[in-house]
Amino acid sequence: MRIEVKGETTYCYTNSRDIERDKPSVVFIHGSGMDHTVWTLASRHFARHGNNVVSVDLPGHGRSTGDPLVTVEEMASWVIAVLDALDITDAALVGHSLGSLIALECAASYSERVRAIALVGTTSPMPVSDAILTAAKANDHAAFDMLTQWGFSKRHQFGGNRNSGIWMIGNTLRLYERSAPGVLFHDMRACNEYTSGTDQAAKVTCPALLILGAEDRLTPVRSTHALQQAIPSPLVEVLPGAGHTIMVEAPNAMLDALHKIL
Amino acid sequence: MAGPDYPGLDTLALHAGAQPDPTTGARATPIYQSASFCFPDSDYAASLFNIERAGHVYSRLSNPTNAVLEERIAALEGGVGAIATASGQAALHLAIITLMGAGSHIVASAALYGGSHNLLAYTLPRFGIETTFVDPRDPQAFANAIQDNTRLVFGETLGNPSLDVLNIPAIAEIAHAAGLPLMVDSTTTTPYLIKPFELGADIIQHSATKFLSGHGIVIGGLLVDSGQFDWEASGKFPTLSEPYEGFHNLIFTEEFGPAAMIQRARKEGLRDFGACMSPTSAFHILQGIETLSVRMSRHVDNTRAITAFLLEQEIVTRVGYPELDGHPDQALAKELLPNGCSAVFSFDLAGGREAGIAFVDALSVFSHLANIGDAKSLVIHPASTTHHRMDAEALAAGGIGEGTIRLSIGLEDPKDLIADLKQGLRAAGKATGGGR
Repeated sequence: MRIEVKGETTYCYTNSRDIERDKPSVVFIHGSGMDHTVWTLASRHFARHGNNVVSVDLPGHGRSTGDPLVTVEEMASWVIAVLDALDITDAALVGHSLGSLIALECAASYSERVRAIALVGTTSPMPVSDAILTAAKANDHAAFDMLTQWGFSKRHQFGGNRNSGIWMIGNTLRLYERSAPGVLFHDMRACNEYTSGTDQAAKVTCPALLILGAEDRLTPVRSTHALQQAIPSPLVEVLPGAGHTIMVEAPNAMLDALHKIL
Repeated sequence: MAGPDYPGLDTLALHAGAQPDPTTGARATPIYQSASFCFPDSDYAASLFNIERAGHVYSRLSNPTNAVLEERIAALEGGVGAIATASGQAALHLAIITLMGAGSHIVASAALYGGSHNLLAYTLPRFGIETTFVDPRDPQAFANAIQDNTRLVFGETLGNPSLDVLNIPAIAEIAHAAGLPLMVDSTTTTPYLIKPFELGADIIQHSATKFLSGHGIVIGGLLVDSGQFDWEASGKFPTLSEPYEGFHNLIFTEEFGPAAMIQRARKEGLRDFGACMSPTSAFHILQGIETLSVRMSRHVDNTRAITAFLLEQEIVTRVGYPELDGHPDQALAKELLPNGCSAVFSFDLAGGREAGIAFVDALSVFSHLANIGDAKSLVIHPASTTHHRMDAEALAAGGIGEGTIRLSIGLEDPKDLIADLKQGLRAAGKATGGGR
């Protein structure tokens, strides 16, 4: 569905269902340069299991209009505005990469609106290499190539998708190529500059789940220790064989992990 | 700035889509010769049917062996996904019925494989889909033939039988300006010789029976989606951009983004028309693809040796290979097919039908049959076989002479192929009174 949020048209995938007040809600937030389609399997699953699902396209991404937002804090405020627009009191937030930082910030700054968070392919801080930032700023295709290659585990460079017939490297690359110029740079810079994550993590009061790829090369498991220490009693699931693009590389294991908190 | 290198074609040809078998450790992709797959519980079953989990239900829809082949060809072509079909014809049919229905129109090259021509010219009109055939060497002819109800532009990378080189960049530009996708049949070229998606094509069809397999032991097809065409922006493809009642009003562009077309093809066309590939066929095709580069390189080398030999023969009046002087697409071939123009070509014998028959009958290394792309060299005389009902005038209209011979050059030692051809040429000369 399309709704108006902060003066712009916002697209939310809801599995073609209306939002019902008596159902729990789950909001899915995609990562840098992506859109809601990365969550299709999970969205469909939790919709069938009695949830309102709201898989957003961040401003300037996918089908949502407007300029991309600059900071994680702005993005978190925008997610809360989406909840307001949909008349959702509180929701579980599932975010991937940049989306995980947005979910974390929401849980810390708007705790009354967040009943649980699942951070997929996450870490904090989330520094971005100069090579990626420089290429993304120049709208150079090399930025898409770097993120696509490093976004998958080494074994998945050759595929092995359990989702039949889909070449996951190619599909991810096409998603990046569909993003408007400048969008990826804004997203990567927001990740890079969100340095208050561990401080904010300490404020999280809702149940929190970290879903990590054992072979993640962008946000390696070893880099998540500070975040794991900062969040009070998080659940941590490390998925073998998966890299950073966990929704694609380990879709079934991710669903099973999400069920521990949703 | 250069990004990191992706795995190369040879590496992908060996590895893409495959992982060591998680149960047994088998390095080769196993043949999962099973019609169906067990569900661990009811909710898991429901989630597979409702596209919530990745997995297999029934081998008409998907199969683990086929999935490796599908990923492999998608990787080799640089697409987002692929579907393995019962034959190349099934792949063409699957693409068409995914994109359009009755009342639609296709603009196609006039130089097509006979089976594709039959489907477009005679069969699909019964189902309300018409085709206008145009000169593949004239991109403007494609533009002129596009109608309001056109939904696809189609051609072969190398046309049949004259090896017309399809100007993919020019025709893709014309198609895209009209909001239409360009689909190409790349059977004879394979991703070793040309990468159509990099040139602007949107969909690729293969008969995997031919060079992709190389062994000539299976029938199979592949349909590959580039994920580059914007179906929503075009506005002409409601099967992809509007709710589909046959799957709970799923909108494919909304849920699958770049993979909308190939997902609809699987969820509807493969499901309902059922032209799926056998897992054993998929296994055989995978074995062939592993050696694609090595074979194609040798195919081309042998073809160059054979065409050079034929050019020197007095009884041979024409050799039609795009790399040769006199072929109308020589310059385009150099640009689009720098590694060669595959290994199927035709040549004309002086002496007409009689010479052609005598030539074919005298060969012993070349196999006389109706196929191309085998590791073994193949020959056919169209005027006495595939086109035997046509008189000289009708043959000429199709670019075929009574003495035209089509060869598919295999991987044998070229000196043996040339020796065999000499036998045939001698017989052709004798049959027409030349006494050579």
